[in-house]
Amino acid sequence: MTRLAVPKTYKLYIGGKFPRSESGRVYPVTTKQGDFLANAAKASRKDARHAVLAARAAVSGWAGTTAYNRAQVLYRIAELLEGRRAQFIDEITASEGSSPQAAAAQVDEAIDRWVWYAGWADKYVQVAGNANPVSGPFFNLSVPEPTGVVAIVAPQAGGSLLGLVSAVAPALVAGNTVVVIANEAMPLSAISLSEVLATSDVPGGVLNVLTGSPAEIAPWLASHADVNALDLVGAGALDWVDLQIQAAETLKRVLPPENGPDAAAPSLHRITAFTETKTVWHTKALI
Amino acid sequence: MNFLDYAPAPESKAILNLRNDYGLFIDGEFVDGTGTPFASISPATEQQIAMISNAGAADVDKAVAAARRAYDTTWSRLSGSDRGKYLFRIARLVQERARELAVAESLDNGKPIKETRDVDIPLVAAWFFYYAGWADKLEHAGLGPNPASLGVAAQVIPWNFPLLMLAWKIAPALAAGNTVVLKPAETTPLTALLFAEICQQADLPPGVVNIITGAGDTGDLLVKHADVNKVAFTGSTAVGRAIARSVAGTDKKLTLELGGKGANIVFDDAPIDQAIEGIVNGVFFNQGQVCCAGSRLLVQESVHDDVVDRLKQRLSTLRLGDPLDKNTDIGAINSAAQLKRISALSDIGEQEGAERWSADCAIPENGFWFAPTIFTNVSTSHRIARDEIFGPVLSVLTFRTPAEAIAKANNTPYGLSAGIWSDKGSRILAVADKLRAGVVWANTFNRFDPASPFGGYKESGFGREGGRQGLAAYLAPASTKADARTDTPKISARKKAAQ
Repeated sequence: MTRLAVPKTYKLYIGGKFPRSESGRVYPVTTKQGDFLANAAKASRKDARHAVLAARAAVSGWAGTTAYNRAQVLYRIAELLEGRRAQFIDEITASEGSSPQAAAAQVDEAIDRWVWYAGWADKYVQVAGNANPVSGPFFNLSVPEPTGVVAIVAPQAGGSLLGLVSAVAPALVAGNTVVVIANEAMPLSAISLSEVLATSDVPGGVLNVLTGSPAEIAPWLASHADVNALDLVGAGALDWVDLQIQAAETLKRVLPPENGPDAAAPSLHRITAFTETKTVWHTKALI
Repeated sequence: MNFLDYAPAPESKAILNLRNDYGLFIDGEFVDGTGTPFASISPATEQQIAMISNAGAADVDKAVAAARRAYDTTWSRLSGSDRGKYLFRIARLVQERARELAVAESLDNGKPIKETRDVDIPLVAAWFFYYAGWADKLEHAGLGPNPASLGVAAQVIPWNFPLLMLAWKIAPALAAGNTVVLKPAETTPLTALLFAEICQQADLPPGVVNIITGAGDTGDLLVKHADVNKVAFTGSTAVGRAIARSVAGTDKKLTLELGGKGANIVFDDAPIDQAIEGIVNGVFFNQGQVCCAGSRLLVQESVHDDVVDRLKQRLSTLRLGDPLDKNTDIGAINSAAQLKRISALSDIGEQEGAERWSADCAIPENGFWFAPTIFTNVSTSHRIARDEIFGPVLSVLTFRTPAEAIAKANNTPYGLSAGIWSDKGSRILAVADKLRAGVVWANTFNRFDPASPFGGYKESGFGREGGRQGLAAYLAPASTKADARTDTPKISARKKAAQ
């Protein structure tokens, strides 16, 4: 007699906790063939606002960690992901309809991407910042700092885990906190990744994951006055021009949609896109 | 005559060789615009300086087409070192004609000659000299090998530092290999048109720099033009928002330098004499018409009375009057409209309960003037503590702890500049870390340098001007050139409404 499996309830990830949607709504997640896999929480406007609140509250702590510490915390995600490799492969195989080999390749690449970005935490400031030789008796230094709260529409094509990681890791490594709308059709790996984060050293609120309809939630994030930046990498199928127009109200920094296999390709540019250069001048005594 | 009275020492206008009428500078030549010409006046006397052409839609098309042609046929094909040589030439020409430019700027803008002579114009030359050297070193700008120029840059600048803002925009754009169409503010077009002459003297290829004059509608046509690749704007946050909306869904790269409400934080251990000079420089430099002005003074409670007393004493010694007089500290407000805004917000300050003090100085009969003014007893909810006044008006607030100072300083949608005055280095660095502002001046204020990036956080805009960061604003990093972009963007109903 085979054992009856215990299926998981997939919920949102907000402020380090796993709430259901306050709206009480769910939507069915299916395999490529249309077979039922799970009910995912369908996040509402209010969930999005809660997520922004949690992300805002986490900014000073996360941005205030030392770069070395932030690097280790992000590297730890890769370690934990490696340990749960099999679970992610199963989940991706089921929900994306890919072969176990392709799923494994995706998970491996996602792990490696965390490692790559983690290593940038204590370097991007050196690479993107500099001392300035001003004409006068002043010490003058420019350094990039995190922009604040970044809202991201994760890539909606296949490769749900890798797409999500590629979009959130560069924002997090700089010290931003993130509210991400997961892949709508394939949200399971995003929630499982949240479970990895919840048991890692990433403070609650640093990454907040919403599942549901990007078309419904993204406008609330684009127009939210406490969101500093908007990454529309996965918003190509939405009315993203309108989202950008809404973001202009509070002068958010916006990255446009990207399509194709190179979407959210790893780059330093993705890190610096959500940083602000601060230049500090200090007088030098005339001796 | 007391010891503060000086005999007038006006700088001679004889050095100027102005025309009565100025056309638009398109494709290397001055041409008439299709709009109704307007007068540029001296805000100190309200007398007309010259008639200025007004660019309409056809003129904007012509200017952008000239810039595109110059980009395709000359400028993008020129070697970096040759581009640099043109910029070096321009820098030298600005130095050679520095006094003339300073006089013209003071006449047209109303700012004191000692500022245009010692700050604006020297910085203009420095800006061109700095970016000239970058033109053949772009691969070292931090964007990877072979960064690409963007194409035609549409640039719209304000009236507070007319020629300096032109230099901030044109120098990096040209060094990076772009061509430009620039629109100066309608109240201060004069030095931009003199700069057009300098481009001719430098033998700059026609179309590389085009200068079109006009009001906001001309600027609107320019930034919305379909054939520009880059939009750079310095001005109000309201207009910045409109521009950000208008470029949504396009491939235009955007930098915005917008408003500010800079906090100048004075701790009780500050070197007080220097701090007083810094506060004065912070908000009365250029009559306070500076986006990064330290218009909110946050002073530690224990030294509040002393600081305010000394400030009033110092402000009483400032000389307000003829901008061309070498003794003048406070010149004219740039326009009647700006004076009205400053007056209106100051009246609101009084109505909301703040205590107003203005320096007792004689106001000339003609022109636009506003005496240096301090508001005490200001609370964070007052409009004079929240709105950008853009005038010689200082709002004084107090704090007890560094944490309170930081919270109050950051309590604004803006994030352009901040100042910290303290003798304690560790405290300065800790506070500087926590201020959400793009430029932080410690024990100094209002310092600018072409090597030093300038620009804001939050609603003060995005992108930087100055330094290699300022160069990057006019280049496409090699890595994003291959970015897979989406299909033709959907233009929503809302976008249409926004246009």
